[in-house]
Amino acid sequence: MSEVILKVNDLKTYFNTDDGIVKAVDGVSFELEKGEMLGIVGESGSGKSVTNLSLMKLIPSPPGKIMSGTAMLDGVDIFKMNDNEIRKLRGNRIGMIFQDPMTSLNPFLRISTQMIETIMLHQDKDKSAARARAVEMLEMVGIPNPSKRINDYPHQFSGGMRQRVMIAMALSCDPEILIADEPTSALDVTIQAQIIEVMQELCRKLNTAVIMITHDLGVVAGICDKVCVMYAGRIVEKGSNDEIFKDPKHPYTQGLIKSVPRLDRPSKGRLYSIEGQPPNVIDLPECCPFHPRCEKAMDKCRNTYPPLKVFGKGREVSCWLYEGEK
Amino acid sequence: MSKYIIRRALGLIPTMLIIITVCFFLIRVAPGGPFSSEKKIPPQIMKNIEKKYHMDEPLIQQYGRYVVNVLRGDFGPSYKYKDYDVNYYIAQGLPKSLLLGTISILLAVLLGTAAGMFSALRQNTWVDYTWMSFAVVGISVPVFVLGPVLMYIFSIRLGWLPVAGWIDEHGLKALVLPVLALFYQYFATIARLSRASFLETIRSDYVRTAKAKGLKTSYIMMKHVLKGASLPVVSYLGPAFSGIITGSIVVEQIFRVPGLGRHFVQSAFNRDYTMIMGTVIVYSLILVIMNFLVDVLYGYLDPRISYS
Ligand SMILES: Nc1ncnc2c1ncn2[C@@H]1O[C@H](COP(=O)(O)OP(=O)(O)OP(=O)(O)O)[C@@H](O)[C@H]1O
Ligand SMILES: [Mg+2]
Repeated sequence: MSEVILKVNDLKTYFNTDDGIVKAVDGVSFELEKGEMLGIVGESGSGKSVTNLSLMKLIPSPPGKIMSGTAMLDGVDIFKMNDNEIRKLRGNRIGMIFQDPMTSLNPFLRISTQMIETIMLHQDKDKSAARARAVEMLEMVGIPNPSKRINDYPHQFSGGMRQRVMIAMALSCDPEILIADEPTSALDVTIQAQIIEVMQELCRKLNTAVIMITHDLGVVAGICDKVCVMYAGRIVEKGSNDEIFKDPKHPYTQGLIKSVPRLDRPSKGRLYSIEGQPPNVIDLPECCPFHPRCEKAMDKCRNTYPPLKVFGKGREVSCWLYEGEK
Repeated sequence: MSKYIIRRALGLIPTMLIIITVCFFLIRVAPGGPFSSEKKIPPQIMKNIEKKYHMDEPLIQQYGRYVVNVLRGDFGPSYKYKDYDVNYYIAQGLPKSLLLGTISILLAVLLGTAAGMFSALRQNTWVDYTWMSFAVVGISVPVFVLGPVLMYIFSIRLGWLPVAGWIDEHGLKALVLPVLALFYQYFATIARLSRASFLETIRSDYVRTAKAKGLKTSYIMMKHVLKGASLPVVSYLGPAFSGIITGSIVVEQIFRVPGLGRHFVQSAFNRDYTMIMGTVIVYSLILVIMNFLVDVLYGYLDPRISYS
């Protein structure tokens, strides 16, 4: 059995806004094992980014606040760490890459400056050793002529190349965990696959666990070992790749999977899409937030939030349909 | 980059020539002349005077003579003060105006940027509110109101500072009120400008990346935020320089600073052609050079600007 390196339990992150309290993340729990790839999927606004920014304590505060929960990394609760401790964690034990590579790198600083500062901060290396490490990382992510390109500014790279730089930078200190927040959404379709491949290959090689946030179920199906499906700030279904894609239990997951265009099956008319909009996470009533859009909604769904149904290790669904089942 | 700088620097020459030309003819078009205001002068004497100053020659010839002299660094004799030529008055006044202007712009930039930065870091706290109320006052009160008000409070009422005059009479105290009056508006504008741009930069994606790398806040501010956030301030420096120059003309009048501004104003009243031209050329030259330096600085700060 592989070892759990990160255990998030009952994470709640709220935002205090003029319109009310936004319960962006409302009781999220999951486990991440060493070297595995965990996919987090869900519609826009479901709380994927906030979940992961919370793990780095990067929630803008105010208005945001981590209300409760624990995130145990090697037996230490991240949320109890002070500023100093959390800084030693960021970029060092948990690396992060973001959606938009065009804006995520500082346009005023050379790639070398941005990479070397990270390495020198966390590792006991002098400048030339840090530089050598940076060049090595750039080489690994497939930047041609890295010892020269490292002196360039971000605007001299294409979007895909910049995301490679981001990956190289995030992995330069050998983190145990890489959080990738929609790393390909802002890129050309043709480049997306390359970036995913580079990331996957490198993380395997370095044995880095990945939390992969994405809209793209195809990516998740292709590379993730485990999947969490988020809806309105909570995880509604959890399972291994096979379990989620071969036997989706939650109607929301089923809908998501049905709405992915498939080439291996003849299309029958229009592509399926889930009716309606994701709910506003301000003042959510105590019911299943998915019920207005659910084809199988029952009276119960409109009145009470469904309890978590555990089917086995790491296999959980939060839906009234499975109330009686074993 | 050095090629670009040389090219830009050479571009300053035609700019200056155009300014000189336009000014030269504009002044001549204005009614009156240097000798017209005084009591009736016999025509023969008038003729002699005009001959002495070459004013009997065709305008285009006068223009040619003037440009050649200016290029040699000679602004010619004053039409009003017989003892000294224009170069003397400029040499007298310019250092004082430069001192006043330089201190004011430096203070405005340094304090303005610092105020903007701290307001942004402490957004919506009393630090922010205090700085920004100072800034609002600075933006809404013009220098010709602020100057007399400061003078009334600090010199006449409290008696802390001299009413007027210069360092030679009162020492460095003489600088306080003129600088305050001159710098305030630019300080205020820069403070507001930099607050907005610091706020925007602090929330930018690349600063989030810097935080996610584990860098310290103070380091992030100096290394990642300052450069990007100061760009709007740098582009404002051009207008600020010209504002400081016009402002200093007013301030020198209010506080009786014997600088270039006073000569400029008096020469305009006196139709002292050469003196007007001399001061205008010096002011323009300062402005043109400053704008050039701002461009170079901007290019140096922002690597995305290409010099081709
Ligand atoms: N700074 C903030 N202030 C107020 N509300 C916020 C803030 N950041 C996020 N939220 C709210 O938190 C909720 C979850 O946002 P989050 O960014 O986690 O969604 P997401 O699942 O990552 O969506 P996307 O796929 O669009 O990135 C949203 O309703 C959003 O409005
Ligand atoms: Mg997001």
